[in-house]
Amino acid sequence: MSTPSFGSDELAQFRRTFFEECTELLADLEERLGALAAYSSDVEGLNAIFRAVHSVKAGAGAFGYTVLVGFAHRFEALLDRLRDGKAELDERTLAALVAAADVFSALVDLARQGETPADDFGADVAEELSALLKGETQTTAPIRPTASAPEAPPVDRSYRIVFRPNAELFRHANEPLYLIRELKALGTLTIDCDLARLPAFEAFNVDDAYLGWTMTLRADCSPAAIAEVFEFVDDECELIIEEIADAQAEPEVVAPPPAAEAEATNSPSESKSSETKPADAKTAGKTGSISSIRVDLYRVDRLVNMVGELVIAQAMLAQQFIETRKQDDPGALQGFEHLAGLTRELQECVMAIRMQPVKSVFSRMPRLVRDVGHKTGKDVRLEMSGEQTEVDKTVIEELADPLTHMIRNAVDHGIEDADTRLAAGKPAGGVIRLSAQHAGSNILIHVEDDGAGLDRDRLLAKAIDKGIVPASAKLSAEEIDELIFSPGFSTAAAVTDVSGRGVGMDVVRRNVQALGGRVQVVSTPGKGTRFTLVIPLTLAVLDGMVVAVGWEKYILPLTSIVESFRPGRGQIRVVPGGGEVVSIRGEFVRLIHLARVFGVSEAVSDPCQGLVVLIELANGSKLGVVVDELIGQQQVVIKSLQDNYDPVPGISGATILGNGRVALIVDIEELTRLHDRSARAVDTTRLPIAANA
Amino acid sequence: MAEPQDLPNTGPDAAAAQARQFISFRVGDDEFAIDIMAVREIKGWTETTVLPNQQDYMLGVLNLRGTIVPIFDLRCRFGLGLTTATRSHVVIIVAIGGRLLGLLVDAVSDILTVNAADIRPVPDVDQPIDNAFLAGIIPVGDSMVVLLSLENLFANHGPANAAIAA
Amino acid sequence: MPRKILTVDDSRTMRDMVSYTLKGAGFEVLEAEDGVKALGVLANTRVDLIITDINMPNMDGVTLVKRVRAGGNHASTPILILTTESGDDRKASGKAAGATGWIVKPFAPEKLLSVVNKVCPA
Repeated sequence: MSTPSFGSDELAQFRRTFFEECTELLADLEERLGALAAYSSDVEGLNAIFRAVHSVKAGAGAFGYTVLVGFAHRFEALLDRLRDGKAELDERTLAALVAAADVFSALVDLARQGETPADDFGADVAEELSALLKGETQTTAPIRPTASAPEAPPVDRSYRIVFRPNAELFRHANEPLYLIRELKALGTLTIDCDLARLPAFEAFNVDDAYLGWTMTLRADCSPAAIAEVFEFVDDECELIIEEIADAQAEPEVVAPPPAAEAEATNSPSESKSSETKPADAKTAGKTGSISSIRVDLYRVDRLVNMVGELVIAQAMLAQQFIETRKQDDPGALQGFEHLAGLTRELQECVMAIRMQPVKSVFSRMPRLVRDVGHKTGKDVRLEMSGEQTEVDKTVIEELADPLTHMIRNAVDHGIEDADTRLAAGKPAGGVIRLSAQHAGSNILIHVEDDGAGLDRDRLLAKAIDKGIVPASAKLSAEEIDELIFSPGFSTAAAVTDVSGRGVGMDVVRRNVQALGGRVQVVSTPGKGTRFTLVIPLTLAVLDGMVVAVGWEKYILPLTSIVESFRPGRGQIRVVPGGGEVVSIRGEFVRLIHLARVFGVSEAVSDPCQGLVVLIELANGSKLGVVVDELIGQQQVVIKSLQDNYDPVPGISGATILGNGRVALIVDIEELTRLHDRSARAVDTTRLPIAANA
Repeated sequence: MAEPQDLPNTGPDAAAAQARQFISFRVGDDEFAIDIMAVREIKGWTETTVLPNQQDYMLGVLNLRGTIVPIFDLRCRFGLGLTTATRSHVVIIVAIGGRLLGLLVDAVSDILTVNAADIRPVPDVDQPIDNAFLAGIIPVGDSMVVLLSLENLFANHGPANAAIAA
Repeated sequence: MPRKILTVDDSRTMRDMVSYTLKGAGFEVLEAEDGVKALGVLANTRVDLIITDINMPNMDGVTLVKRVRAGGNHASTPILILTTESGDDRKASGKAAGATGWIVKPFAPEKLLSVVNKVCPA
């Protein structure tokens, strides 16, 4: 039998798996820890945390991360006492667990980076753990003697071994025959079988052990090596191992175990080999052990890209066919439609592979709420729902920053302090609700607090102070709320330790927009504030409306489109300064000519000759985009422009149309800024129009 | 018209340090060359999709087997006016600093194998093309080919210190 | 036919390491990530040895050992529990539940194979 040692390749692979697993375990630990409350008896939670720490410890041991193992050991010991009810989960203990989780996670990171932690790393936390473990001698675990027993003496020694198993030995599937064979492998063995306990045949129980053996072993091994043979049975048998002075070996009579014994020992398990059919094994392997597989993300990404190409190629083929054959072959046309259906289905299946629950991001939030609550001295509870809502992995990674910022803001600025709340007739503790749900091809994420709502007077004063709006501006309540998304706008009266690091809601909005999403705010004074993120489920495909402008075709994101219409002459107004608005159902909506902002020639310039696509922006305001005509809606595969080129203002990406040509995807949020930029000198229409609306 | 993999590879290290290969092409009446190691593909001109509000030498983007590749008019980049591109014009796809981009030229001329020592510095004379774009002069017979610095040509369209494989 | 071993551990790293070692020695290895899944595998497949972790979600290793010993195809199949040094009392409870022996984590591949061969020789 070969005995492989782990090679460096395998070790590296195991280590990768280990750290991947650590990431998951630590996320779970975070989440469970976040859900723990002082004086509660969440044994399930404690168990899960214990398991996470334990698993990391086991792996860490395998790779020789001794500091991590040592720390995990204490962490685990405390958790063990808590779950056994031997220690109480009071505030101090909870704080210690949280601190320990931090150190633990940092130690994992250090190990991941191949760095050795400083000797005193996390020493204070480790001491606190020890203190909580109280005087109990729980410090270091006794190290088991390793497999290599003490130095073997160079000369043969003789031992007398008496081995009398208890009746129940077989019930643990221990097998005397194997032990005897093992002894035999150590040296020269003489065996005497003791049949004294063998009962009468009718009293014979095949599950019981009746035989005993007295053996003489002549071997160059220590008594410990012999004891080790019996390691697993020493509490289930009578065992005597003694060295005998007489070194002369008795004549070797290696008796095979008597037939009766062989029967007795083998009968419970003899069917082993005969019953296992290969066919069974195969199907069982399929149904039993594997319900998921791990695949390198790179491979999935490639698959997604390849299917994207397939969708495009299929569309191109169909278009060419239709153009050349003039649809005179209904059979083939049907075939193409079938192919198109299959291709789209394939694409959906492939996209689903990358979908993951938002839980991995949500699970970091309870901890955040507690930390920030602690720092600000506020009692805040986080309620989460919809953690299982799935979204593309690439999107999930981008969600963490905006959510972290919004939650932090909600605790810091949204929720009032206890006195203020009580005075307002609210419970002293605040609540933040974080929820996720699907809405069409988007995910909706709400961050809602039951705090004071946005302070509009202060917001407006600040905006005027910073020159973001003119002092004379008359803004609606919603427009004032919108101001918190303005660049460089800090909502806190005083910059606090918690939120005031120069990152504002404008960054959140930018991040979300970069994902092709929107963020909206609704605030009710005294009742609270709700932020809503609308983000596409995937960054790989987009439901788009293909529009023609001159010779160019552009894609508008379908989710933002409210409607399209050809305005009548009377609907168009030119406002002072040259800007155009269209009146629709009593509302004035600013018009932007795509041809003008993108510099496309030979396009329709009169909105009444072309079409107005009415778009709702992230902030809820509307915009009319003037195009020549609508070509149709289709799902497009998003291609990055920035792989090979610089960002282009007003363009969020590109796709490849059925004819193989590139079409640009319009970044509608950016469009308004583009327009503002090119027409700032004359376009002062924005606020007055908004005020009219 | 050759794909780089069809071309003889630069041999063992010692030789490669000496002999380098360049693709030469024509823009107007002038011959230019770029390092063959940077060339990924050469293809005929096809219509591009114009990107809004870009410099005029930026012709837009092409679909190169699923990758979006920006195309630049070299003549225009040299300040010699826009090329009226036709099907006989050629786009050389090059890789600079991890990015792919296409250069619109009039025609590809030749593959030159040149000893590094034979590449002359650019003389400091008045000429229409910005000196920063030029990396050297390669004498060919009694004529000459101008070696281009791709990094400098597209310094503002890519990582600042992008180095082509040289 | 190669001997078939079921390794039960919620830690992928551990499963990978056990599995790699055993496969390298010519064993056929099945994997399960907790006691419940292990019982599912055992219901369909006859294995020659079970190696299980103790701390697992859904069903822990001690319960798994008890269930296996309670009857059925594998009542007399050897079971090794994987345990850490600190787990002496848990090792005892595993043994009391009916485990055949134990392997201390972390293990050297050679040690794992020697223990496996001890309770389940070819």
